[in-house]
Amino acid sequence: MNDDLAKLLAFVDKGGLGRRAFLGRTAAFGLTAALGTTLLPQGLKAQEAKKGGVVKLGLQGGESTDTLDPGLANAPAKNNVVRQWGDTIVEVAPDKALVPRLAESFEGSADSVTWTFRIRKGVKFHDGSEMTPEDVAATYRRHSDENSKSGAFGIMEGIKEITVDGDNVVITLKSGNSDLPYLLADYHLQIQPKGGMDNPDAGIGTGPYKLVSFEPGLRYVFERFADHWDPARGHYDGVEVLVINDTTARTAALQSGQVHAINRVDPKVAKLLSRAPGVQVKSIPGPGHYVFIMQVDKPPFDNKELRLALKYAINRQEMVDKILDGFGTVGNDFPINASYPLFDESLPQREFSLEKAAEHYKASGHDGSPIELYVAEGAFPGAVDAAALFQASAQQAGIPLEVMRVPDDGYWADVWNVKPFCASYWSGRPVQDQMYSVPYLSNAEWNDTRFRNQEFDDLIIAARAELDEAKRKEMYSQAAMILREEGGVIVPMFNDSVDAISEGIAGWIDDPQMELMNGFLTQKTWFA
Amino acid sequence: MTLHPVARLAAQRIALGLLLLFAASVLIFLGTQILPGDVAQAILGRSATQQSLATLREQLGLNEPALTRYFSWLAGVLHGDLGIALSNGQPIAPALAKRLGNTLFLAGAAAVIAVPLAILLGLISVRYLNRWPDRLISAVTLATISVPEFLLGYIVIFFLAVQYQFLPSLSTVYDGMSFGARLHAIGLPVIVLVLAVLGHMMRMTRAAILNVMQSAYVETAELKGLRPFAIIAKHALPNAVAPVVNVVMLNLAYLVVGVVVVEVVFVYPGMGQYLVDHVAKRDVPVVQACGLVFAAVYIGLNLVADIVSILANPRLRHPR
Repeated sequence: MNDDLAKLLAFVDKGGLGRRAFLGRTAAFGLTAALGTTLLPQGLKAQEAKKGGVVKLGLQGGESTDTLDPGLANAPAKNNVVRQWGDTIVEVAPDKALVPRLAESFEGSADSVTWTFRIRKGVKFHDGSEMTPEDVAATYRRHSDENSKSGAFGIMEGIKEITVDGDNVVITLKSGNSDLPYLLADYHLQIQPKGGMDNPDAGIGTGPYKLVSFEPGLRYVFERFADHWDPARGHYDGVEVLVINDTTARTAALQSGQVHAINRVDPKVAKLLSRAPGVQVKSIPGPGHYVFIMQVDKPPFDNKELRLALKYAINRQEMVDKILDGFGTVGNDFPINASYPLFDESLPQREFSLEKAAEHYKASGHDGSPIELYVAEGAFPGAVDAAALFQASAQQAGIPLEVMRVPDDGYWADVWNVKPFCASYWSGRPVQDQMYSVPYLSNAEWNDTRFRNQEFDDLIIAARAELDEAKRKEMYSQAAMILREEGGVIVPMFNDSVDAISEGIAGWIDDPQMELMNGFLTQKTWFA
Repeated sequence: MTLHPVARLAAQRIALGLLLLFAASVLIFLGTQILPGDVAQAILGRSATQQSLATLREQLGLNEPALTRYFSWLAGVLHGDLGIALSNGQPIAPALAKRLGNTLFLAGAAAVIAVPLAILLGLISVRYLNRWPDRLISAVTLATISVPEFLLGYIVIFFLAVQYQFLPSLSTVYDGMSFGARLHAIGLPVIVLVLAVLGHMMRMTRAAILNVMQSAYVETAELKGLRPFAIIAKHALPNAVAPVVNVVMLNLAYLVVGVVVVEVVFVYPGMGQYLVDHVAKRDVPVVQACGLVFAAVYIGLNLVADIVSILANPRLRHPR
């Protein structure tokens, strides 16, 4: 067996290549279809994708104010919709391997500063025009424009220049970043004709489903795009995305067979739902986590001893059991868990300890005035209950924690990033660098804990361009320990993403990145 | 020439209604000004940078003084232009019209069942006063009015959609749906809304007719040997119309402006959800437009109730 074939097989194993595409490519090596089939792993052979049917998704997270601009996608239903009509140039497979999509291949320079993406030919947009490297470059220029409102602006900031060179798009960075392809897999960065400069809301892309009609915050209807470039994706005749924000209504719609898949199952009903006939509950540990954030530049949180006291006073296991109903894992006061590449399993877990909490509280010399924790139910599901648990355990350690409950409305504008101590959440990022850079670097735009530590910054920035994985892993471990000791973030728990699908859906693959198979449910599954 | 007293009273009421509507628009505007938070932040969400926030505020003209924005909006409304939604850049009028149509469809369907049913049940209650039909009707309608609507919604979803799959749990209606399909889709919310408003109207009908039943002319009718139901329907009801119409209109207004919870439970694209989404996004022009429509519906229905009460009063209809 030659090397290419071995690579291809490994790729199939990782779920990066469907059966059909695998057979197509083995044929290119001169293998017959029969031999190609015998090479396939057993699991894949058993699951022959069937075509047809209209799949309906019932999703939380859409409003009548929504637009189709992928740059503005910032809630689950919207994030899922862009996966129907769009494609990115690379994807991150469920096992974190990079999969070239609209780029055929890519490579970085030795210093990770210059990246060359070879763009696939013969790919058509839904309007019939052919996708060109110019479209790719224009898309990236739109999202990296200073005046852009794109949610991807933060990850595009490191780009110095985007040029087109024949079939290639060449991206030059301000400084080396070996994670760039991971960043370009971001769901905001769907390739649009002319980059969507003239009409970002058109909903036209190269994806497997073509938009037929939509009403914002209500219903999106797609049909299969006959000219899609990848025959291994998009087995349904059509897709309907229905926005169902009410949890009970969503669950009822799945149970009564009106939709085939739902996101955000309430952990409190997940166990009951899994016993219902015709329904499978999919609970997937991922990078999403809930946090209590202390602004380390404001008293009393400028006192490291007080921060440590609060970190020891939180009963993490109790929160996982009561707030997440077991659908999650304990956090360790840094934003990384085993779902990230290069995670160090050997880092010590911070345990709940009233003695240590009391000790640190005493050492802090706090005057005993109430420590106010601002919280709203919208900060994360169960946030108010979690704060009440936190208050109870802190008070046992003699810490005068007070819960200040505020309304959901206006929470992200008036409380988060304003009040010195409040509840929040992060949905996680594909790589460690991003999860650290976005909120914890000294100059980070969203530094909601006001954490500024030169040693930490140096480690993260050096790790970015480091190509030796062992060294890089060590750097991230050191950074994690600094944040865990010094930082203003309390991470009590990582929440599983809990989806539910009807039994009629086949081909499900657990994907820890985003809910419903990282949004690829409609692309990768089929009706059994 | 002097106006007929009924016409004069009606004209007075209409003028008062318009004045009220104007006052409501001022209140709505003030209300939207004191909402906490900021449009740009609400649109871009938590992940917005200072740079993009500033850009968006500039684009949306949020830096203009409030008074200027109010009067330019009012001038637009008087010309039939509700403006552009800040959140998605779409004109408000067509989107609002569609949502209002949906809301009126649901409210209308519920009213067509609830109003005659409530009055009929009221008549039956009076006919069998303090006997078992009266007690049963009162007990059931008081029970359904006391249960929160979302719970009623979940109960009917559980039994009629999940257990027996008799009606769909999702009431989403969209363009291209036939009238029959729409009626089928809204089956469950109509049941919930009917149960929610039945009690009030039925109890009011019962009380108003009982009041009239004490009068001398009802006694006369009884002495003449008329059948009890004929006395109630023909002699008592017409004289009890004014209070009944008032309560009916109050409930109709509620069906139009107060059903956001039912809309959420059944995923029905009505005005309520539309308004709530735009309040959350601080989309002031849309909130004002919705507020104005709601105020107009409320004032309009109350106006109708007033005028019907006037017409129902023979002393005003036939002045000496």
